Parts: sequence; C-alpha cells; structure tokens
Amino acid sequence: MRDASRVFSSTLLWPLLVLLALLVVNVVANPGFLEVRVQDGRLFGSLVDIVRNGAPVLLIALGMTLVIATRGIDLSVGAVAAIGGAVACVYMVSSPDESGLGTALVACALALATCVALGLWNGFLVSVLGIQPIIATLVLLVAGRGLAMLVTDGQITTVNNDSFRTIGVGFVLGLPVAALVAWAVFGLTALLVRRTALGMLVEAVGINPEASRLAGVRAVTIRWTVYVFSGLCAGLAGLMIAANTSAADANNAGLWIELDAILAVVIGGTSLAGGRFSLAGTFVGALLITTLAATIPNIGIPSETNYLFKAVVVIVVCLLQSPKARAVLRRRRTTPAPPAPPAPPESPTPTLAKAGTR
Amino acid sequence: MTHLDSAEPVVSMQDISITFGAVTALDGVSVRLFPGEVHALMGENGAGKSTLIKALTGVYAVDGGTVTVQGRRLSFSSPAAAQEAGISTVYQEVNLCTNLTVAENMMLGREPRFLGAINTRAMNRRARATLERLGLDVDPASTLGDHPIAIQQLVAIARAVDVDAKVLILDEPTSSLDADEVEKLFAVMRRLRSEGTAIVFVSHFLDQIFEISDRMTILRNGRLVGERMTADLTQLELVQLMIGRDLEVLEKLERELGEEGSTVVDETPVLRAVGLGRKGSLLATDLEVRPGEVVGLAGLLGSGRTELARLLFGADASDTGTLEVAGRRAKLRAPRQAIDRKVAFLSENRRSEGVIADLSVADNMLLALQATRGWLRPIPSATRKKLVDEYIEALDIRPADPDALMRNLSGGNQQKVLLARWLITEPDLLILDEPTRGIDVGAKAQIQQLVADLARRGLGVVFISAELEEVLRLSDRVVTMRDRRKIDERTNVDVAVGDVLEIIAGDARAEEVGARA
Repeated sequence: MRDASRVFSSTLLWPLLVLLALLVVNVVANPGFLEVRVQDGRLFGSLVDIVRNGAPVLLIALGMTLVIATRGIDLSVGAVAAIGGAVACVYMVSSPDESGLGTALVACALALATCVALGLWNGFLVSVLGIQPIIATLVLLVAGRGLAMLVTDGQITTVNNDSFRTIGVGFVLGLPVAALVAWAVFGLTALLVRRTALGMLVEAVGINPEASRLAGVRAVTIRWTVYVFSGLCAGLAGLMIAANTSAADANNAGLWIELDAILAVVIGGTSLAGGRFSLAGTFVGALLITTLAATIPNIGIPSETNYLFKAVVVIVVCLLQSPKARAVLRRRRTTPAPPAPPAPPESPTPTLAKAGTR
Repeated sequence: MTHLDSAEPVVSMQDISITFGAVTALDGVSVRLFPGEVHALMGENGAGKSTLIKALTGVYAVDGGTVTVQGRRLSFSSPAAAQEAGISTVYQEVNLCTNLTVAENMMLGREPRFLGAINTRAMNRRARATLERLGLDVDPASTLGDHPIAIQQLVAIARAVDVDAKVLILDEPTSSLDADEVEKLFAVMRRLRSEGTAIVFVSHFLDQIFEISDRMTILRNGRLVGERMTADLTQLELVQLMIGRDLEVLEKLERELGEEGSTVVDETPVLRAVGLGRKGSLLATDLEVRPGEVVGLAGLLGSGRTELARLLFGADASDTGTLEVAGRRAKLRAPRQAIDRKVAFLSENRRSEGVIADLSVADNMLLALQATRGWLRPIPSATRKKLVDEYIEALDIRPADPDALMRNLSGGNQQKVLLARWLITEPDLLILDEPTRGIDVGAKAQIQQLVADLARRGLGVVFISAELEEVLRLSDRVVTMRDRRKIDERTNVDVAVGDVLEIIAGDARAEEVGARA
C-alpha cells in the first residue's frame, strides 16, 4: 500500500506528464511515431528503438540511484562502461575462436569482473578511506578512459561475434535483448531492495550515517556494496554499448552517460542529498531522458541546438518538481489542487491528557 | 511587573491554527508578548510549543489566525522576514556552522564589509564586544566546532543578541548548559529585559522558569490552556495545567520509585571494565554493572560521563584497559559488536546520533533489530506490526501512527521511539545518556518509571544525567566523575544531592554548583 502511494506521489506525476507530452509532440511531428509493426518475427518502431537505446542509461541510473541514496555519487560510470566494453572486445579479438559463443561468455564475465573490481576500488575510497564521493569517483572518470585506451592499445577494436552482438541489437520473442536484460536486472533489484531490508538500511545510512552506525548498521559495508553494484551496472551497460556497434571505442563509449543517469535519478525524485529513493522514479526518469534523445531528430530540431532543447526540458521537469515553484503555481490557481503528501490518519489516543481537553 | 497590563504587546498572535495533513498541531492558540518581560511557553512534548515558535519565526505558514507585530499585521513567508521584523531565535539544538569561526557565525549574513570584501578585523572586534557584553571569554577568531556544545549555544545566543532583536526566542537554551553558564545566560536575559526586549523562554526546568519568567502561556495538545502571571502560580499548579491530569498520579509514581529498592542478585556482572580509557577523552576507569542494577553516572558536563558510555558501547574504541560483557572478554571496535553482545546505548545527541528523520516511526524503531538480523532477513510484517504497536502503546508515543515521519514528532516522542529501538533488541545492558534531557515532566516520569521497571526485570542499566536528583532517585549505585576519570563510587543509601556536589566540586565550589542542581 505504501509502495502504491509512492508511485502516485506528486513527484512522479510531473515526469510522467512530461513524458506523455513528449510522446504527443512526437506524434504531432510524425503521426507514425507510435506505430509498432512485426517484421521478420520481431518488433519494429520508434518506441522499440527508445527502449532498446535506453537500456544502458536505465542500468546505470539504477546503480546510481542506490549510490545517491547513500549520499554518494558515482561519476566514473561512463569510463567504467568503456573499460568493460574494451576488456570484452580485446579478449574476443585475441581469442583463437573469435566468433564462438563460449568466447563471448568468457569475455562478458571478464568484463563484468573488471567492472566489479573498479566498483570495489571506488567503494574502498569512499567508505573506508572516507574520501568525498565526487572526488573519489572523479579519479576513475579521468583515469578510466586512459585505462580503456591502454586495454585497446589506442585503437577502435572491432569484433566479429554474433553471440556478443545479440546483447546490443538482438531480439528474443520479438523484443530487444538489451531492454529485456536491463528490465530484468531493474526488476530483480527493485524486488531485492524492497522485499529485503536493504532499501531501508541504505536510506538510513543516507539520511544519518552516524545514527545508523550507532544502531548497529554496517554502514561501511553498505556504502561499499552500492559502489560495487554501480560498477556492475556500468559494466553491463558497457557491454551493450560495445555490442551495439561490435566495437570498443575507448574515447566515446558511454561518454557523458553519467550525467544522463544522474539526471534520470533526480528527475525520478531522488534527492542528491541522499536518503529516500524511488526506483520507480528512476525508471520513469531514464525513459524520459531516452525519449528526449529520440524526440530531437524526430521533430526536426537542428542537431546544433539539441543540447539546448534537452536542457530546456530538463529545466522544466526540475521546476515542476521544485516545492517552491509548485507553491507559486498553487497560489496562482488558488485551488488546493496538488495532492498533499500522504498524511497520517487521525489517531484517537485514549490518554488522560487528551481527555482533559475535550 | 515591569509594565502595566494596559501596555501594548509587541507581538500578539490571535487564534493561530496549523495543520499538517490530518494532524492539527495548533488549534486556535493566542499568545501575547510584552516588551520587558520574560514569557515562558509551557507544555508537554507535542503540546505545540515548537510549532508555535516556528509560526512566529516564519518557518511554518499559518493556516488560520493573525500575527500582529508592533501593531502591524504581518504574515511571515520566511525566517528572514521574521528576523527583519525584529524576531530572533535560538533553537534547542544548535544550528550553527561548526567549521566557521565564532565571529563568522555571529555575523553570518551581516558581515561588516570594506570595498565589498568582508572586513575580518572589524567583524572580530564587533563579535568580541558582543561576547564581552555577555561576559563570555571566547576568542572570536577560533573555530566554533572546537568549543563544547555549551559554548556553541552561548554563541548562538550572542548571535541573536547582536541583531538587537525586539523579540528574542530561546527554545531550551539551558538544556546543555551547566550552572555557571545558566547564571550567565540569566544575567544577560535580565539585562535584555530591562532594555525592553520581549523574551520567549522555553525550558523543561521548572526551577528556571520560576526564577526568570514573568508571565507564561500554557499549551496542551495544541490548544491554549491559559495565560498566567508566574507569581500567581505554584509549581504544582503549573504541572497540573500542563499535563491536565491529577498530580496525585505523578506523586504516587515518584513515591513508588522512591520505595522500591530493586534487589540486586549477586551474579556475574553484565559488564565489567577495568582500566578502560582512551587518549584525550577518558583516563583509566573501572566500572561494574550487575543484572538488575542501575548505576548512575554523576558529574558535570565534560567530566567524562559520555566518553565512558561511548567506550562501553564501542562507539569509540578504547586504547587501554579491558572490558568484559557477561563474563566474556570483549574488544569492542564498533557499536555492532556491542549490540551483538546485548548492549544498547541511547546517545545524548538525539538529532545527530539517534533520529533518522526521513524514515517512519516504525522503521526507526526496528532499525537496530533489523541491523542485527542483517539485510537479507527482513522482519516479517506481522512481527513488525506487533512490535511497533506494542511499543507505541507501552511508551505512549504520539501520534500513535507507525507511518508518521520521525521528523514530525516532538523531541520527547522521538526519544521514546529511540528507547523502543533499543528495548526491541532485548538488551542485557542499557546505557542511557541523558535520556530525559529536553523532555517534559510527564514523559520524564514515564521514562524514569520505565528504567526502574527494566531494572526490576533484570536489566543492567547505566544512567547518565546532569540532574543529580534524577540520578539519585533511580540508581542503586552512584559513580561520580570529574576531569575525565572516576573520582568516587558508593552505594546509593541516603546519598543526598549535596553529598555528590561536594564530591564533584570540592567544598569550595559546592555552593556555586548547587544553583543548577
């Protein structure tokens, strides 16, 4: 019941409405936008492209949500994704059986293990050494691309492996594999976080680390774990990006994706100050960001202004979510329209003190 | 009194109502503040004192009623607007920047400038003048965080005084001050009063209320009980008005507590510390707590009471001495290790070391238990509900809503939730550091009763309080600390407050300190 009320809380309402508005804009510009057709046993259409292209951002935003909930931030995810892709491609190219399924599996496992190790490094800096997260992860943001270059020897490494390609562009049961993987990881994580006590403990650590420590919460372990998880998500995203083009591009793979992910988290209503987080919000946020990316070419905005357009939409969403801006809107309308935060029910406390006043 | 009743009030709040969702925090409350008066705001936790203050200082918007300041109707949209109207506040918990200097904190936002840049020398000079006026010997250029909480509190007051406020609101200013500092504060308050400032004073120390205030407004459950002149009331009458139930109940409770000496069975001590110490915070100290025994730690602020408690719980790691919990050697490096050995610790810093403000009451209560179970084993929802409902009822937590956010509870109710957090872990040893600080009479008696009950059920309790009466009322044994070490330990038979004061202060200082106790 609490989850339901959270889904429909007003912070999620506005991103959803903006998402809807974006879709409407797209349909107006291109009436065939919503069209999804079946061809060669799989789905085709702009919507399918959106969910497929949005998979990496969704995954990275998922890891980012948990990191941000602990008052942290992970700027290194784009670089980590590039390293993951580079490790996988270089392994496959140097393997005797470049196009085999087994090679692809080992390559993916190797890449993910590398990214987990990078997450361990980030988490160690933040939780054990106590370095500020923005600085600690900046180290890898800067050094990570260099590491990826080292792995690929400065070349764009192209691989020829159809099994590997599937992660990026394949379809299963007519649906894009990338989206299926991302959604499955997302769903499993959401389940894990809310069905176990992990979510509550993450929030407690994010809201008041010292009080949590004194209550026996292993705050160091929890903070460390979320960075490892973020690294894993980034690695998975890196594999998708590399598989999309069947190439590892150390310079451009996952470039600026950390910013898209942070935006998705913030649009989803999770505060950068840490504490309460909303995975449902992040999901909508990531969808909004990718839809935005698809909208720009679709409605014919010249490519040189596309960053500007993106900025405007993001600003609008953030304004709609800001309590101050909403208070202004409310005052102008003079009707008490926006839903109030879920209020505790009136509790009849049968105490002597209260009885005295009645 | 210092004015005629016909004088114009400087602030008049009429029929103020404030609601949070379905909860009515204030229901048609009216308050008048007169210049040159100390006005006490009285009521139990959750009576609406803090809400009323926040309405007056522009933190909360008012849903109904009017605020008139010096004859003008105002509606404050922000704390800054209230400050501009001459209303300054010092909150219960210090709200300053500990990484800035004393002077910077006092002048924040009003720094003297020279060509656009902050004139540090002028700022320090002005800060020093204000501090000296308050009789405080604090270096304005020193970092605020380097000073004890008590000094930080006085700096917060100095900041408010520096604005030359017409109305000065002091919300629990004395809760972390020692006797000397309280006297200093009162001297300043008297001076400001004679200069015509209206002072709102909130405190749970009734003695202080009767010493300093001229007039009081009494609230209960968000409603106005009445306005009285302090001189017309006795302490007993005031308490009766505040809690609205027969005082006999309270007195009976106190008597019961007095009579029942809990019987200490001679068993293995739940906790034994030998030569426990930590560089810079505590000299080697021995302490033993047996099951069913309440050990009271007496001593002034900074005497090492809290430092000892933190070492016993592993909140800080000790570097000398040994610790035995339930007869087994324990080297505590983290609180978690203590909790696993059935030790619980209620910190004196409720806000920074206890409350998880944005989580619900239920989550706050179950946090310690959940932490010991690990994240993979969530508490089943039936057990959750049962435990939470049980403790909300047993400790009379208001509002009785498990889903209410912790930040919306009053200080006393937050404290009860934190107590519940530890009781739910079923500890063998409970360390309570100032559990009744900043809490009203009713809740205080409830917590004292609870401590006595727990000891009777076989828990060992370490009870720390600045109020010696409270320590002596509850403890089987009294340990006195001074200068970061134990200086005395005795069984609590016919120990009087004066005895402990003599131990603490030596004969020379006993009289000074007596003012506080």
